[in-house]
Amino acid sequence: RMCPGGDMQWCFSQVKGAIDDDVAEADIISTVEFNHTGELLATGDKGGRVVIFQQEIENKNQPQFRSEYNVYSTFQSHEPEFDYLKSLEIEEKINKIRWLPQKNAAQFLLSTNDKTIKLWKISERDKRPEGYNLKEEDGRYKDPNTITSLRVPVLKPMDLMVEASPRRVFANAHTYHINSVSVNSDNETYLSADDLRINLWHLEITDRSFNIVDIKPANMEELTEVITAAEFHPHQCNTFVYSSSKGTIRLCDMRVSALCDKHSKLFEEPEDPSNRSFFSEIISSISDVKFSHNGRYMMTRDYLSVKIWDLNMENRPVETYQVHEYLRSKLCSLYENDCIFDKFECCWNGNDSVVMTGSYNNFFRMFDRGHRRDVTLEASRENSKPMQVLKPRKVCTGGKRKKDEISVDSLDFNKKILHTAWHPQDNIIAVATTNNLYIFQDKVN
Amino acid sequence: MSEEVEETRTSEEQQEMEDKVISPEKSEEAKLKARYPNLGAKPGGSEFLRKRLQKGQKYFDSGDYNMAKAKMKNKQLPSAPTEKTEITGGHIPTPQDLPQRKTSIVASKLAG
Repeated sequence: RMCPGGDMQWCFSQVKGAIDDDVAEADIISTVEFNHTGELLATGDKGGRVVIFQQEIENKNQPQFRSEYNVYSTFQSHEPEFDYLKSLEIEEKINKIRWLPQKNAAQFLLSTNDKTIKLWKISERDKRPEGYNLKEEDGRYKDPNTITSLRVPVLKPMDLMVEASPRRVFANAHTYHINSVSVNSDNETYLSADDLRINLWHLEITDRSFNIVDIKPANMEELTEVITAAEFHPHQCNTFVYSSSKGTIRLCDMRVSALCDKHSKLFEEPEDPSNRSFFSEIISSISDVKFSHNGRYMMTRDYLSVKIWDLNMENRPVETYQVHEYLRSKLCSLYENDCIFDKFECCWNGNDSVVMTGSYNNFFRMFDRGHRRDVTLEASRENSKPMQVLKPRKVCTGGKRKKDEISVDSLDFNKKILHTAWHPQDNIIAVATTNNLYIFQDKVN
Repeated sequence: MSEEVEETRTSEEQQEMEDKVISPEKSEEAKLKARYPNLGAKPGGSEFLRKRLQKGQKYFDSGDYNMAKAKMKNKQLPSAPTEKTEITGGHIPTPQDLPQRKTSIVASKLAG
């Protein structure tokens, strides 16, 4: 069912969340992630809650209506904490969710806030035992003296119950704020990265982790860059990458040494020094790095662009896509209102032919690598009639504004799409606005 | 001597005008420096990064945090005057200035 990527027509499918404009801080969506089959879609928010949606079995009688995602489970993953040693609040905001590949009937995911990673088990219960010897059906204990015979309890069907339970808590390993977790292809280990360090964990072991990258300088006055994202290679269990605030990506091989401070490859695009400005370093900071599914490329997102890198070529990206180049002449105000520090994520479609990332005004962008086409779409309640086809949007950069175009100065910079996710196989995407989750599907021809 | 200074300024202005034509980024930089003349030259410096590493509300100490929390609990009676007038000087952030901390688990509206 993989779509080659040409001529996609995106239609509104569903929107989750409250309609009212008054957004509570806790409802701000902070991460979105499909599981490996795409059947489950998880969101995390600033209030530390996780909501998991499940795709319903497709209605075979009406093939034009792809199946819908409905709430499957919701739980409080993290609570606000206070670090007494440093007198610092620890936010409960979920920074990342990563699913483990399914091994048995239960589903597992890792969720993390700034300091603590948790492994959650989500399991279904659709049977319950009835006919206990020592308990009544309502749970009260029987007087053992009244029991005259024994029976074997039987399993009877019950309404489906989905339970989430924390199976592991991986705590106290990060001095700085965790920005990434990534499950290894070996399905036994995972990495967690904060601003200055990356740790390797075993999923079964919570009281120990190995530090594999440490860029903290002996003298903090010498600090020049921080780690912004990290990810394991999808197939090579010894390989991972991490990006920096200076726009570089380092690829490390864990077979080389226990501490991977020395990279195996350094990916950096040379910069023309005469073009350098006050903003250069800030806008070059990489906010997200993602390997392609085939493991041959990686994609990075900096403030204004998306870059595709061939893992065999370190000196420059093979493709660069401008997300919102018109913002280059607005950097002064974007610095003043802090928008220049917004961390946009990016994602690949299932066959690595199209990449997607968010922008402002609830716009999001898709770049079709093969057909060299790009499109700007909008997630809004105005375009949310069932199966309504999304119309491409256009930002007018100067001169006469055509009808249906929007001028740069009219863009709403409070409406940011930072988190997007693409179904691993189908053309179904999840796009998070501040507090709503939109699901769009490609129109089935 | 004043003539020399004037010459220097003119060549700087000349460079700035050239930059505006060449790079919108440089012209934005000039705008920023005009608004904030004390801005350091290097934004990526260690001070900037260290501030980033320290994100999160900081209290003077945990006693301060707990006192502020207790104050807030007491202030929930309707007769309490506005707390803001009592915060003088030091701008130590108190929980009432922060987003409401949940005391009970409220379900996400996405699940509604």
